[in-house]
Amino acid sequence: MASEMLEHNNPSPPSRDVHLDGEAEVIRIRDLHKTYKMGDIEVAALRGINVTIRRGEFVAVMGASGSGKSTIMNIVGCLDRPTRGAYFLEGQDVSALSSDEWAHIRNRKIGFVFQGFNLLHRTSAVENVELPMMYNGFLSKERRQRALEVLKLVGLEERSHHLPNQLSGGQQQRVAIARALVNRPSLILADEPTGNLDTKTSVEIMELFQNLNETEGITIVLVTHEPDIAEYAKRQIVFRDGLIISDNRKN
Amino acid sequence: MLLMALRIALRALARNKLRSFLTMLGIIIGVGAVIAMVAIGEGAKKRVQEQIASLGTNLLVILPGTVTLGGARTGSGGRQTLVASDAKAIMDEIPVVSGASPVVRQVQQVIAGDQNWSTPVQGVAPEFQQIREWQVQEGRFISQADVESTAKVALIGQTVAYNLFGDNDPIGAVIRIKKIPFHVIGILGAKGQTGNGTDQDDVIMVPYSTMMKLVMGVTYIQQIIVAAVSADTTQEANNQIASLLRQRHKIRPGADDDFMIRNLSDIAEAASNSATVMAVLLGSIASVSLLVGGIGIMNIMLVSVTERTREIGIRMAVGARSRDIMLQFIVEAVVMAASGGVIGILVGIGSSNLIKYLAELPTLIRPDIIAISFLVSGTVGIFFGFYPARKAAQLDPIDALRYE
Repeated sequence: MASEMLEHNNPSPPSRDVHLDGEAEVIRIRDLHKTYKMGDIEVAALRGINVTIRRGEFVAVMGASGSGKSTIMNIVGCLDRPTRGAYFLEGQDVSALSSDEWAHIRNRKIGFVFQGFNLLHRTSAVENVELPMMYNGFLSKERRQRALEVLKLVGLEERSHHLPNQLSGGQQQRVAIARALVNRPSLILADEPTGNLDTKTSVEIMELFQNLNETEGITIVLVTHEPDIAEYAKRQIVFRDGLIISDNRKN
Repeated sequence: MLLMALRIALRALARNKLRSFLTMLGIIIGVGAVIAMVAIGEGAKKRVQEQIASLGTNLLVILPGTVTLGGARTGSGGRQTLVASDAKAIMDEIPVVSGASPVVRQVQQVIAGDQNWSTPVQGVAPEFQQIREWQVQEGRFISQADVESTAKVALIGQTVAYNLFGDNDPIGAVIRIKKIPFHVIGILGAKGQTGNGTDQDDVIMVPYSTMMKLVMGVTYIQQIIVAAVSADTTQEANNQIASLLRQRHKIRPGADDDFMIRNLSDIAEAASNSATVMAVLLGSIASVSLLVGGIGIMNIMLVSVTERTREIGIRMAVGARSRDIMLQFIVEAVVMAASGGVIGILVGIGSSNLIKYLAELPTLIRPDIIAISFLVSGTVGIFFGFYPARKAAQLDPIDALRYE
């Protein structure tokens, strides 16, 4: 594998953007800044981020709170707009798109997994998984079929009609992962996915992520503050004070 | 897309059935009240119209006395100004009049054998039968000869016949009115009750001359009832009668009439209009309840949006656009309002039927009011659901997802 030189705060020569692996870029971020106004005070959450993530990568994003890792996730997830700089998702500059266009991208290209699972209550597992498909015009038969397919992928086809309160934490997170996968996204964004789970279940979930990444080739970007969890990823990017301070791959 | 929003809405409402129902209650009461009120108004209007139809729309009634300014009637308390020859003149001299009859009337105790019965006794001319289209069931009506000879003959109504004679044939029997013996020459056909509940079959008819001279001892008459040739010529008859009577009573130009002409179809129209006004007024008051119901919906929807902030965030995160969220909540509000409307319609129909049976008021359900009520309740849903739906749609997904 060709090693990718870390680029932070140094404007990169164009030649560095030629990818030697031939794998498509999923995320390309150049000189990204994000500043929040809190009354009279301006808070710089991101102070010039440059990073590229290719298809099939499994990246862990780490950092203390306030380091900017949540901010970058929100921008990558098309939930927040950068103040300056560019964000290309699959080659498309998405930073200037409208809310509706972002909603479309979140629907088709991005799958979210949250710490708190964020499933709809009093709604069965399979219906939860179907949720993203409700917003892109799939027919109910197609939806049901696809939802059961991904539930099988995460090992929960037998509990498809259970409600969230009838499922354990680990099972609920699996449903959430299935939901994230249902529209065949380019990218899974996971925000502390094991934060509410015990050690044993955390291992199960991380192994599931690894499996999905290795077998299905799904690109995963995962935020965590636990080094043990970050170990499951193949690349670790560390944030501090709005900048990337390290970006290392495992061999 | 709409179908899906509908399903999501029904799901959401079913989640807390009691709360949904209580919210709908305002609409239910509003719609129910509007429908019941309008039904009562329409029933009153129809009853008046039927009453008038049964009396005939070509009828005029002439009464003594004048109408003072502002419509207050001095009426029968005032001077007695009508005489029997007025009726004859009207009939003879006005071509558009098909018949005119004097009427003198008084309640009397009537005795037949060992039975007695208190009943109105009405002195009329032969024309009365045709004017009022009153059939004779048995025997004959009063004739001109009876009038001229002040004959002591009488026709009795169905109720009187029953109460004085039971199943026996009254024709030829003698009844005593004010101790004067009258021969029964006929039985009147059934006419039923008027709208006010008066029994029209509780009456005895005698020649007016007999009534005036022998029973009441008067030279004036209380009323002249006139039939115009047709409903169209009624107004013309009205005008011509007025000028004829002014002439006969020697009323100077500019002076008030000493009589009043009541045109029954005018009365009918006035009563019909006032019934309509009443219905509209009652309906408007009931509509206030709809407004309150709408506010209730808006209130609950705002609570609902706040409660489901996280859910909205999740939906946005997986790809719902602003308009999807907006549609979802508006549909929820509309479903609540429209369901309330449907239940309200059923309640309205039920209560107007209940009123019909218990209070014996006539009611008439109007299908167009039902359709309008349904549409209005749906509109209330859209209107009052708009603000909460917009609030929901404008939530920031990041904040919404973090909401506790």
